[in-house]
Amino acid sequence: MNKRAIFSGMRSNIFAGFVVSLIAMPLALGLAIASGFPPIAGIIASVVGGVVVAILGGSHVTITGPGNGLVVVLLGAVTVLGEGDMQAGYLYALAAVILSGVLLLLFGFLRFGSLSDFFPATAIQGMLSAIGITILLKQLYVMFGDLETKGSALELFLGVPALITSLFTEGTTGQWYAAGIGVVSLLIMVFYSKIRSRFFHLVPAPMWVVLLALGFDAYFSFVGGGNPISKALLISLPENLLGGVPTPNFSKWTQPAFWGVVVSITLISSIESLLSIKAVDKLDPQKRRSNTNKDMKALGLATIVSGFLGGMNVVTVIARSSVNVNNQANNRSANFFHAAFLFIMVLVFQDQLRRIPLTSLAAILVYTGYKLAAPAVFVRMYQIGKEQLLVFLTTLISTLLTDLITGILIGLFATFIVHVLLNKAFWLFSRNLLKPNVLMYKENETQNYYVGIIHFCTFLNFYKLKTKLDKIPQNERAVVDFSLCSFVDHTVQESLQNYEELFERKGGALEIIGLDIHETDSSHPFAVRTLRPLKKLRVFGGGRTKRQLQLEALAHEKGWIYKEAAATQKRMLRDHPVYQTTSVERVYNLIEGPNKRLSLFDINYSEGAFIAKENIQTTLLRVQLEGEIPVFSFDRELLLEKLSHLAGIHDIDFPDYPEFSRDFYVQGNNPKKIRAFFDAKMVSFFSAYGFYHIMSNGRELIVRQFLRPATPAEAAAMIEFGLALKEKIDG
Amino acid sequence: MQQKQYNTIVVGVAFSPNIQANVFEALRMSEMFNASLVMVHVGEKTSEKEAALTKIIAGFEGNPPPFRVFWRAGSPVEVLLNACTSERADLLILGAIKREGLLKYYLGSVARKITRNAPCDVLLLIKPSVNRVACASGVVNGLAHPKTEEAIDRAFYVLSNLGAQKLTIVEEIPEDSVAIKVDDDRSLRKSTIAKERIKLRENSRVQRLLNDIPEQVKENLELIVQPIFGRRGYSIGHYARVSRADLLVMNAPSKLTLWDRLFPHDLEYILSDLPTDVLIVR
Repeated sequence: MNKRAIFSGMRSNIFAGFVVSLIAMPLALGLAIASGFPPIAGIIASVVGGVVVAILGGSHVTITGPGNGLVVVLLGAVTVLGEGDMQAGYLYALAAVILSGVLLLLFGFLRFGSLSDFFPATAIQGMLSAIGITILLKQLYVMFGDLETKGSALELFLGVPALITSLFTEGTTGQWYAAGIGVVSLLIMVFYSKIRSRFFHLVPAPMWVVLLALGFDAYFSFVGGGNPISKALLISLPENLLGGVPTPNFSKWTQPAFWGVVVSITLISSIESLLSIKAVDKLDPQKRRSNTNKDMKALGLATIVSGFLGGMNVVTVIARSSVNVNNQANNRSANFFHAAFLFIMVLVFQDQLRRIPLTSLAAILVYTGYKLAAPAVFVRMYQIGKEQLLVFLTTLISTLLTDLITGILIGLFATFIVHVLLNKAFWLFSRNLLKPNVLMYKENETQNYYVGIIHFCTFLNFYKLKTKLDKIPQNERAVVDFSLCSFVDHTVQESLQNYEELFERKGGALEIIGLDIHETDSSHPFAVRTLRPLKKLRVFGGGRTKRQLQLEALAHEKGWIYKEAAATQKRMLRDHPVYQTTSVERVYNLIEGPNKRLSLFDINYSEGAFIAKENIQTTLLRVQLEGEIPVFSFDRELLLEKLSHLAGIHDIDFPDYPEFSRDFYVQGNNPKKIRAFFDAKMVSFFSAYGFYHIMSNGRELIVRQFLRPATPAEAAAMIEFGLALKEKIDG
Repeated sequence: MQQKQYNTIVVGVAFSPNIQANVFEALRMSEMFNASLVMVHVGEKTSEKEAALTKIIAGFEGNPPPFRVFWRAGSPVEVLLNACTSERADLLILGAIKREGLLKYYLGSVARKITRNAPCDVLLLIKPSVNRVACASGVVNGLAHPKTEEAIDRAFYVLSNLGAQKLTIVEEIPEDSVAIKVDDDRSLRKSTIAKERIKLRENSRVQRLLNDIPEQVKENLELIVQPIFGRRGYSIGHYARVSRADLLVMNAPSKLTLWDRLFPHDLEYILSDLPTDVLIVR
């Protein structure tokens, strides 16, 4: 890299860091207050996190600092461990934060970077929504100037009308002003993205909230009379920001409650960080892959340092990171600059910060909480499937009623129960859970990576598939085949979608095949899909898979017809000697060309019966011809060997084309006609497409490539081949 | 190297719904390998059973090759193993059981015991058929193991006698042979290069093994070498299933302890869920 590139890169990172720091400051203060920590604790976490992770981290454009997922556990820790004394609770919580940092560091060394994959996506979503609801309800009270009310989520929810009426009946002027600022701040947060003004968007929404509060204060000091909001409702910062580090209190280390807190913090912070890193990788304009284990180590170390300085946990945060990316950050230095600006800002503007009312910060958090539990989340869950909504609500409610760890474990258990009920088979999971179920190799013929999965694939064993997928260079082509897999759940499909995007961004492709015949009763592409019970296979009541959508697009591109199910086609293979003995079970995903003379379809057929039965799923191309041609089979590997059992059929030699004769098997019962058919032009044409297996019954040709369904790209190539073949023969 | 020939084939005959298919497969095998056939029935010899067997064999198309029937009561495991030893069998044919309602096959406990202790090669049939179904392709392991050479050699012998066209030698390479852990783009690049290197090395090892096999045996079969990075004993079974191979040839493990049964490896993965017909070379 030359100097100019470094400098311009540096400049964009400095700018991005600055913009992020504007958002980070109010968020850090607000999150700390909501967690029951002193406001400065959030700033410490941001600054320490920014510096440590920028130097040691393994991701590229992420921003680190206090996270919203931790608010609930940390507040719980402070209240429970302090037994009512918030200051003592804070010191105990710091000890827990430090130990969770140690655990995170350990996770990093033990390469637990894929920990979040062990939890069902829906259960995690349910837990996050529960966190969102808790934050929303708690901060709603603060937003209206009520710092006293405590209670469970349900009590808080039921208390909201009383909260508002009490404000009208008993509220002081100061409280009125504070609540007013809170409500206006919330309106700013909600309508920020809807206001299309370039001037307005120069400053991020949380900063507008801060500016509003400062403007309010400035107005009253200008008019005289001072700020009407009482000191208790304003941010309190220590007199000397650089001195007076609190001493964490480790004395409760013998108590199980303390370790419960440590485990919860570790779990939530690692899940939040890993999910954020995964999401940010998809945003990175340079398409780099984050080293999650290295990042875990850096986050662990940063948390330890932050804890000793009196700060909160350091996690990777998604909202700030995406702002970072949007402002053209391109490496970790942006995280460092965000920390540096934050540090300077807090030092320079500490007097101003002390004038910000808690209500305006609470408004920011109410909005954050709402985002985690927005109705859109519920709707999405319902769209994916009713059972997902059930798991989601179970996790959400049990998290609200108990605690995060119990909640997510109940969610995990509920997901498993739903899977067992959907499949009506416990043994599918119990028998195969510990067995390896993934095969990956590079296909010699195509140089594609083939990944086959058998038994089942859910959150329980997704890590096995994931480890294999991670080893495929993402600029290559990969085919993931589920045709031998009975059950695939939502978590896996969502993660695979993620992989599809990553491959696509790097110029490769990851294609999923073998899912089209699985049963589902939802139209969402991520819905669970099961192959059981086999007998009740419906013909597509549910939604289409991505492959089906791609095939449909392929048909439409050509102006052809696409049909999911095509019952009338079942008989068509009977005229072909090779397929005579097979019984076609289903023909589906049919694409039909001009005048129905060309068609491509997936087919399920079986050979033999009862115990000797073998099921085959593949994609065939059928080319109907105008004239008569000889009956023959063309094959490089003699896979259509069955023909040789039929009377009078031999392998035919072509003395004029020794190479063609040596490389391919052409079989038929009329050597003379066949030799006449394969003239020089045909020989060179067929040689060029030697990887297809071609069957002619005199009137039409059946073309096959693999004994598995073709990927959309392969299907497109087959269609082109079919058109060329028809052109060549029909002339 | 002198190729082993199958001179004597032993098959266990039980009066199950599968009996006709099992008997026919055995008769065909004995025809194809030009070997003498011994049918072993565990149980008393009765005239009804004898008549039933004769009736079944009468349905065999063409002239059935000569065979002997061996009737003896006792424990199936002992009777069959003793018969193999006393008849100096080269090959023992056993049928597998299909898992209820599913396309999955496994070995019953009797067959499993016999497989572990048989003194000769064992052929496990998952779907014996009354009519001949041609065997088109086979898969054999290419592990770095002293017995591999013999397994490959036997695969050539058996497949060419069965009239197959294709043989795939699968080299299972343990994942941990690549020392580089994939964390990010750079480590991925390194590990991909390391894998390519290992593949080349393994391929040349297999080529050396193949050089020892006489040309005339090789020329009838199309040969493919497929390296796979994955769990030993598991990947080859899954590959055989995916590639729709008709026969999987494996070496018998050196020894099996209780430990192996608790923590399945190599052959155990395949025995617990047979992907296709399996020949175990001893």
